[in-house]
Amino acid sequence: MEIARAAGRYVDASEPKLMGWAGLGDSAAFGELVRRHMRRGYHAALSLVGSHDDAMDLSQDAFARALKHAAKMDPERPFYPWFYQILRRLCFNFLRDRANRKRLLDEAGGWIADDPVFGGAAEHPDGWLHREDARRIIVQAMAGLPETQREVLVLREFENLKYGEIAALLDIPAGTVMSRLYAARQGLADALEEHD
Amino acid sequence: MTEQSRSPDLERQVELMMRALDDDLTAEERAEFDDWLAQEPESRAEWKRLSRAREVTMGMKLRNPPEEAWDGYWTSVYSRVERGVAWLLVSIGAIIVGGWAIWEWIGALLEDTATPAPVRYSMIAVFLGLLILLISVARHRLNVSKSDPYKGIQR
Repeated sequence: MEIARAAGRYVDASEPKLMGWAGLGDSAAFGELVRRHMRRGYHAALSLVGSHDDAMDLSQDAFARALKHAAKMDPERPFYPWFYQILRRLCFNFLRDRANRKRLLDEAGGWIADDPVFGGAAEHPDGWLHREDARRIIVQAMAGLPETQREVLVLREFENLKYGEIAALLDIPAGTVMSRLYAARQGLADALEEHD
Repeated sequence: MTEQSRSPDLERQVELMMRALDDDLTAEERAEFDDWLAQEPESRAEWKRLSRAREVTMGMKLRNPPEEAWDGYWTSVYSRVERGVAWLLVSIGAIIVGGWAIWEWIGALLEDTATPAPVRYSMIAVFLGLLILLISVARHRLNVSKSDPYKGIQR
C-alpha cells in the first residue's frame, strides 16, 4: 500500500517536481523521468547511430550519466533538451570511431521500416526506381551524411519537430537548421540521382 | 553552398525550398515560391530532385523495438550507475593500496643489505621505467580518444 502510494506520487508528478526531487538524490523520481523519455531517447539515438543494440546501449548510458549529474538540472527548464545534449555527445563520439562508422554503413537499413500510410511497394511516379531500392539508397546516403546534417534531418523527418523546435533543442539559429537540412536533402537527392 | 557564404537572397531561397518540401508555406509565400521557380529553370530542377528524395523519406519511419525491451530499461540504467560507482571505488582503493605496496617494497629493497646495491637500484630502475611507460601509454590513449583528428573531415 505504502509502495503503491509512493509510486503514484511519481507517476502523477509534474516534470519540474520530478526534476527537483531527482536533483536532491531521489533516484526513483529520476526513474520516472526515464520512463517518460526512454522511447524518445532511444529513437533519437537510433536515428543517429542506426542500430537497435547501439541505440539501446547509448540511450541507457546517457540516462546513467544524466542521473550522475542530476544535481545540475534546472527544474524550471524541460528535461529532454538537457538530456538530449548528453545523448547526442555520446552518439557523435560513438560515430567518430571509424570502426563503428564502417560497421553501421555496412548494416544500414535495419532501423527503418515502411510507413504504412505511404505504402511500401509503389512505383515512383517518374518510374526511375522502385520504392524499395530508393529507400535502400536513401538509408545508405543518410548513414554517410555528416553527423550534424543527419541529426537535423532525422529530427525533422522522424520526430516531426518544427524548425524552431530543432533550433531550440540544438541551441543553433533557425537559419542554420534550414541550411543543414537543405544540405542533407541535397545529399539524399544526389544519391538517388547517382543510381538512376 | 556553405553555411558561412550564403547571401541573404540565397538564405530566403533555402528557407522557401525547405518549407515548401515540408508543406509549411503560407499562401503568400507559396506565390513567391512559385514565381521564383517559374523564373529559374535550375531551381525548378533542384525542387524536383529534392521533392523526389522527400517523397521517399516520407514513406519511412523508425522501427520500434519489441515492447519487452522497455521492461528492464530503467533497471539497466540504474545498474550502470551502480557499476560506475563500484569501478570508481575499486580504482581509488587499488591506487591507494598499490601505492602503499610499492612504497613499502622500495623501502624494503633499499634496506636489504643481502642483495648487492647495483642489483637493488637496477630493480627499482626497471620498475620505475615500466611505471612511466604505463602512465605514458595511458595518457596517450586518453588524448587520442579526446581529440579525433578525423572528426573535422566531412565525407
